[in-house]
Amino acid sequence: MPDATGLELIAQRVREKVGDEAVTGTLYQRRHATLDVAASSVHDVLAYLRDAEAEPWEHLMSVHGVDYLPEEPRFGIHYQLLSMERADRLNVRTRVGIDDPHVPTVVDLYPTADFQEREVFDMFGVVFDGHPDMRRILMPEDYEGYPQRRDFPMGGEPVIYTFNEPQLPRWYD
Amino acid sequence: MTDLDRSGTTTEALSVPYRERERSVTMESMGEQHDELLTINIGPHHPATHGVLRLLTTLEGEIVRDVKPIIGYVHTGIEKSCEDQQYWKVIPFVERMDYLSYYFNAMAFCVAVERLLDEEVPERAQWLRVIHLELNRIASHLFWIATGSLDIGAITMLWWGCRDRDLVLDLFEMSGGQRFHTRYFQVGGVVEDIPPGFEEMTRAFIKTMRMRIPQYLSLLDRNEIWLQRTKGTGIVPAEDLLALGVTGPLLRAAGVPWDLRKADPESGYRSFDFNIPVGAVGDNYDRFRVRVEEMLESLKIIEQALDGLPEGPYITTNRKVALPPRHELATSMEALIHHFKLVTEGFRVPPGETYAAVESPRGELGCYVLADGSAKPARVHVRDPSFVNLQALPEMARDHLLADFITCIAMLDPILGGVDR
Amino acid sequence: MEVTRTKVEGDLRVRQLKAQQLLRGELEGEDLERQVEQRLLFTRFEEAQNWARKNALFPLGFGLACCAIEMITVIGSPRNDVSRFGAEVTRFSPRQADLLILSGRVSIKMAPIIRRLYEQMLEPKWVIAMGACASTAGMFNNYAVVQGADKFLPVDVYVPGCPPRPEALIYGIMKLQDEIMGDPAMGWRERYRAEGTEEVA
Repeated sequence: MPDATGLELIAQRVREKVGDEAVTGTLYQRRHATLDVAASSVHDVLAYLRDAEAEPWEHLMSVHGVDYLPEEPRFGIHYQLLSMERADRLNVRTRVGIDDPHVPTVVDLYPTADFQEREVFDMFGVVFDGHPDMRRILMPEDYEGYPQRRDFPMGGEPVIYTFNEPQLPRWYD
Repeated sequence: MTDLDRSGTTTEALSVPYRERERSVTMESMGEQHDELLTINIGPHHPATHGVLRLLTTLEGEIVRDVKPIIGYVHTGIEKSCEDQQYWKVIPFVERMDYLSYYFNAMAFCVAVERLLDEEVPERAQWLRVIHLELNRIASHLFWIATGSLDIGAITMLWWGCRDRDLVLDLFEMSGGQRFHTRYFQVGGVVEDIPPGFEEMTRAFIKTMRMRIPQYLSLLDRNEIWLQRTKGTGIVPAEDLLALGVTGPLLRAAGVPWDLRKADPESGYRSFDFNIPVGAVGDNYDRFRVRVEEMLESLKIIEQALDGLPEGPYITTNRKVALPPRHELATSMEALIHHFKLVTEGFRVPPGETYAAVESPRGELGCYVLADGSAKPARVHVRDPSFVNLQALPEMARDHLLADFITCIAMLDPILGGVDR
Repeated sequence: MEVTRTKVEGDLRVRQLKAQQLLRGELEGEDLERQVEQRLLFTRFEEAQNWARKNALFPLGFGLACCAIEMITVIGSPRNDVSRFGAEVTRFSPRQADLLILSGRVSIKMAPIIRRLYEQMLEPKWVIAMGACASTAGMFNNYAVVQGADKFLPVDVYVPGCPPRPEALIYGIMKLQDEIMGDPAMGWRERYRAEGTEEVA
């Protein structure tokens, strides 16, 4: 992990090269460094971090989505970057709200994001613009709803205890 | 090349390698004529027992031109279920994701939560964790070699692999009470100390495996059919693999010496002396050899761990996170209160998020945990290696015969529980 | 079927000749009676058929999740070996199999496919729901898992466990064999001396 000052230096370099509005913040807690970027500049920031940065981060390990429901903007997309040379990790995070859940895709930079962005779309409903094959990957093709959102119900059946046994439908009904 | 008569018994033909013979018989002439592509469905139910994986394969004759994996047939919504459980109850859920390397799933999750809690794991617990992780790695590779060889046709390995895997599962039963999904790893350490006979049985197991692995190699490694099927097939250059995010034995077979046990060691791997087998060419044969060598290295690690196992507590002594030992409940009031609190509500984790990665038998297994201050995690996501490695399958299988394609799937070692979660 | 074993006189060649004579109808009187007593077995056709069916089950090679690993251990491991019960021949085509061992969690995407597989199997066919997830969705009470395979398939034997031990699966197969023979052990009725009772809801 880069330490706190390293993270600030990276943020500064990104601001210089990509644009001031790209980086919206940095977060460093418990040796986990997160760089917050704006949703529209994700592609440029990751391209910069991969190619032009002094200490490049050449590998994308994971793209995953988070639903920070009580906080707005609601959805967070995390890009976990890895540098094998320095054995170092950096987390790039962007936040989108539910009214405009669009993020540019990074499949052209990192082909590994293919399945992973489809999974974020499937689970949260965040659309990645420019992705060659934006379809559901884990749920059935015609499923409605985005399961991993916090307000999506858990589903399943109610568990039969003795106190609710008379009200619940039995298996022989 | 002489003409082959139908039985192919001319002496010159016998000296020509198998692959060239089959090429001369069928492929070249048909390769140019056929430009019609046939898309077939190697459906979710198929004999290669890697789970329910559906592959839309576009064939030209017998050459695979394109493969599209369709997954989701074992999707269990584990990540969503984890949001509804306390932290220590999440461990059985997360264990069932990559169901052959269950300790690794639990380890990634426990390391992430321990990072969030800033919890220190005692050394004995770390070394016990390493022992179980390496035993699980051996078990996973044994199962891989058993079913992989079954796919390729060397069916004897199925019996041998399962037989030796039973020995490992006996060890797990001794320490954890169950053969599979033992819930042995807890946040802060392990759930129980190893029983008295565990060390002897493990040493006996190491001795047995050191004798058996050369037997496997003598069965497979000098077998002409095995070599012809695995050498030179499924080659993907290392840059493509890195771009696709592939890690684990696939990447090491292609020549990139990246192993999280050396690069970013968690929990005690620093104290062990072991090598990482790295392949040269990156074909299926290298993948096979890398995994077999990894089994031998794991035996080394287990031996070192058993030799130097330190004394001490096997779980953290912080009563706010780990259950107090039962005998204290009769005497100490605080222990009773802690026990009650932990069992009913669970421990609370201060808000934060982290990502922890371990090196599972298939690659980098990462766990992302978002905590919001309550006793239940707000998001648990597991970056599963098989999910990402599956994206390399079209690259591996391009322009190969269908039989080589099955070999590629066998050597890729996908576990669909992890792919679909 | 009653099976009595008695020591037979004569060595192999004599026995062979006697069997030949019986089939040709050349034995008479006491010879015939003795031969019939010693060498023939009488039973009903259904029992013989069931006996043959139960000892030669062909499981469909079908594994979904973690229970599939235990199932492969049952079929493949020398220690817990299902071939001593005759069920080692796993056929991968449903047309050739008669036992569907549902091993693992059934997700909603997979359920129609399993139903189609079940319909492709030829009569007589049996289903074992192996593990907690196939019986009742186990620990996964959520949107993505069908809450028990018996929601879309008729299940004959449920084997609990997560995953069940190989011995448990073999016990389940043996119970299925009893059921095929036509006398399923009611288990608890015998143990609690409640034979002949029935449940009143």
